[in-house]
Amino acid sequence: MTILVLAEHDNTALSETTARTLACAGQIGASIHILVAGKDCGAVAEEAATLSGVEKILLADDPLYQHALAEPLAELILVLAPSYDAILAPATANGKNVLPRVAAKRDVPQISDIVAVETPEIFLRPIYAGNALQRVEAKGFQKIITVRASAFKPVAKANAAAPIESILPARDPRLSVFQNEVLSQSERPELTAARIVVSGGRGVGSKENFALIERIADRLGAGVGASRAAVDAGFVPNDYQVGQTGKIVAPELYIAVGISGAIQHLAGMKDSKLVVAINKDENAPIFAIADYGVVGDLFEVLPEFERALDNAGKPA
Amino acid sequence: MKVLVPVKRVIDFNVAIRVKADGSGVERTNVKMSINPFDEIAVEEAVRLREAGIASEVIAISIGPRECTETLRTALAMGADRGLLILAEQDIEPLTVAKVLKAVVAEETPQLVILGKQAIDDDCNQTGQMLAALLDWPQGTFASKVDIKNGRISVTREVDGGLQTVDLKLPAIVTTDLRLNEPRYASLPNIMKARKKPIAEKTLADYGIDATPRLKILDVREPSKRRTGERLGTAADLVGKLRQAGVI
Ligand SMILES: Cc1cc2nc3c(=O)[nH]c(=O)nc-3n(C[C@H](O)[C@H](O)[C@H](O)COP(=O)(O)OP(=O)(O)OC[C@H]3O[C@@H](n4cnc5c(N)ncnc54)[C@H](O)[C@@H]3O)c2cc1C
Ligand SMILES: Nc1ncnc2c1ncn2[C@@H]1O[C@H](COP(=O)(O)O)[C@@H](O)[C@H]1O
Repeated sequence: MTILVLAEHDNTALSETTARTLACAGQIGASIHILVAGKDCGAVAEEAATLSGVEKILLADDPLYQHALAEPLAELILVLAPSYDAILAPATANGKNVLPRVAAKRDVPQISDIVAVETPEIFLRPIYAGNALQRVEAKGFQKIITVRASAFKPVAKANAAAPIESILPARDPRLSVFQNEVLSQSERPELTAARIVVSGGRGVGSKENFALIERIADRLGAGVGASRAAVDAGFVPNDYQVGQTGKIVAPELYIAVGISGAIQHLAGMKDSKLVVAINKDENAPIFAIADYGVVGDLFEVLPEFERALDNAGKPA
Repeated sequence: MKVLVPVKRVIDFNVAIRVKADGSGVERTNVKMSINPFDEIAVEEAVRLREAGIASEVIAISIGPRECTETLRTALAMGADRGLLILAEQDIEPLTVAKVLKAVVAEETPQLVILGKQAIDDDCNQTGQMLAALLDWPQGTFASKVDIKNGRISVTREVDGGLQTVDLKLPAIVTTDLRLNEPRYASLPNIMKARKKPIAEKTLADYGIDATPRLKILDVREPSKRRTGERLGTAADLVGKLRQAGVI
C-alpha cells in the first residue's frame, strides 16, 4: 500500500493533526508520502520530513496553494493520485473542503472522519453526531479518507529526516479567488492540540464574562472552547465552537462551564479523558458524562476554583 | 437566475438515536423525521435571494423514499417555488447523490446550488464538494455569508482559524454553515399555499444512474458509554481530585 497524506499547515508550521493522520496511515500501509502544498512553506516540509514513518515529502511551493483553495489543490492531488492506493487528509476544514473533490473526480466514494482502522480495508466512523459507530468496508477501489485526528496519537519524531522532493504546480482552474481572511489571534494552545480545554456556554452570559473562562484557561495552560450557543451569542469567535459541526477535541481534561450538554456538543468532546462540568442545574445532561461535577453558580465556583489553585500552589 | 436546493430527510436533531440490536442500523420506524437543519438554512438563503430580486426561481429537490414529499413541502412552505422528488428506496451514497444532482443541473441550468454542509445522519460532509467537482464549478463551503454581484459570488467561510472569504465565478456551489441565517417559520397560509405548489416526480432509473453503494456497511454499533462520575461539593474538592489524577 502506498499512501499519500495531505499536510495541514499555515505555510509556517505543521499542524499536529498531520502527525496524527500519519499514525492512522501507518495502520493502513507502510509506504507513506506527505504532500506539502503552500507558498514559502519549505520550513513546513522540513518539519514534516522529521516525522516517523514518512518515506518522502512532496513539496509544491507555489502562490497558487497559499490559501489552500479547494479547486487548485484538488487539481494538484489529482495529478499525484494515480500512484497511490490511499489518500488521507485530516478532517479539518481544509481536508473536508478538498478531499471530496478529489474523490468525485476519481469516481470513488470518500470515507469521512474515521476514528479507527480495523483492517486496511475496514474502518470505523461515527454517524449521528457520534451516537452510533459505523463499520465500513472499502474494497476494490482507491481509498480516499478523512481522519478524525483526535482519535489517533501523533507519531514520534524520526531519527533521520526523509527526503524532500519539489514538484511542479498543477493547472490553475481559475474558478476561485482568495479575498481575505480574519484569523483569531491567540497565544493559547490550539484547541485540537491542547492538553486541557476549558469551554464556556450560554451560561457564561456575555463576552465580558468570558474573561473568567480565559483566566482559568491561562492558569492551566489550556485552550479555550465554547458551545454553539456561546458562539451564536457573540461571546467568542466561530472557531471556538466544539461539537458535531465545530471542532472535535479529546484532551486529557475538558472543563465545561455553563454548558447544558446537548448531543451536538457532546459529539465534539465526549472522548476527552477526564470531563469536568460546572453548571447550576443539577439535571443538566452534561453531568451524565462528567467524571467530576460541581453543581453551582459559575460566578461563585470559578473564583473559588482559582483561589483553590492558588492555595494549592503551583502545579507539581 | 435559478437556484437549486437539495434537501435531505433525516431523523430530527432532537431525537435520541437508538441503534438496532442486530447491528443493522439505527431505528427509523416511528421516529420523528425532519428536513436536515443545514438544508433548512439553504432554503432560507435561496428564498432570501429571490426576495432580493437576485434569484428568479427556487427549486427544492430531494432524493429518497416517497416520504421525502413532506421534506419538499417544508421547503415549499418556506418559499421555494417548486419541488422535485427523485424516488430511491435504498440509502444512497453522497457520490451517487452528486451524480443525480449533476443530471438535474443539466436539465435545470441553475446558476447556483446551495446545499447543507453536512447531513446530520451520515455526517459525511461531501456532497456539495463532489457536485462542484463533477460540474467543474467553484465551491464556497461552510458559508456564513454570501454576496452576489456582477456574475460573481463572494462567500465567507467558517474555517479552523476563523473566517476566510473567497470570490467565485458563477455558476457555483455553496454549502451552508449554521450561522448563515436563521430560517423562518412557515406561516399557516404559506403551509396551505405550499400544498398547491407543484412537485415533479422521477426515479433514479430516469437518470440512468447506478445507485448500488460501493462502501459496504458491515454493521452499526453503539459507541462505548461514558459512566457518570462523582458530584463534588466545592471547587477546592475539584482541584484536589484533578491534582490526584495528575492532570493539573
Ligand atoms: C445541526 C445542529 C448542529 C449543532 N452543532 C453544535 C455544535 O457543534 N456544538 C454545540 O455546542 N452545539 C451545537 N448545536 C446546538 C446544540 O443543540 C445546543 O443548542 C447548544 O450546544 C447549547 O449550548 P449551551 O449548552 O451553551 O446552552 P444551553 O443549552 O442554553 O445551556 C446553558 C447552560 O448553562 C447553565 N447555566 C446558566 N447560568 C449559569 C450559571 N450562572 N452558573 C452555572 N451554570 C449556568 C444552564 O443551567 C444550562 O445548562 C447544534 C445544533 C444543531 C441543530
Ligand atoms: N438524499 C438527498 N437528497 C437531497 N439532498 C441531499 C441528499 N443527500 C445529501 N444531500 C445534500 O447534500 C448535503 C450534504 O450531505 P452529506 O454529504 O451526506 O453530508 C445535504 O445537506 C443536502 O443538501
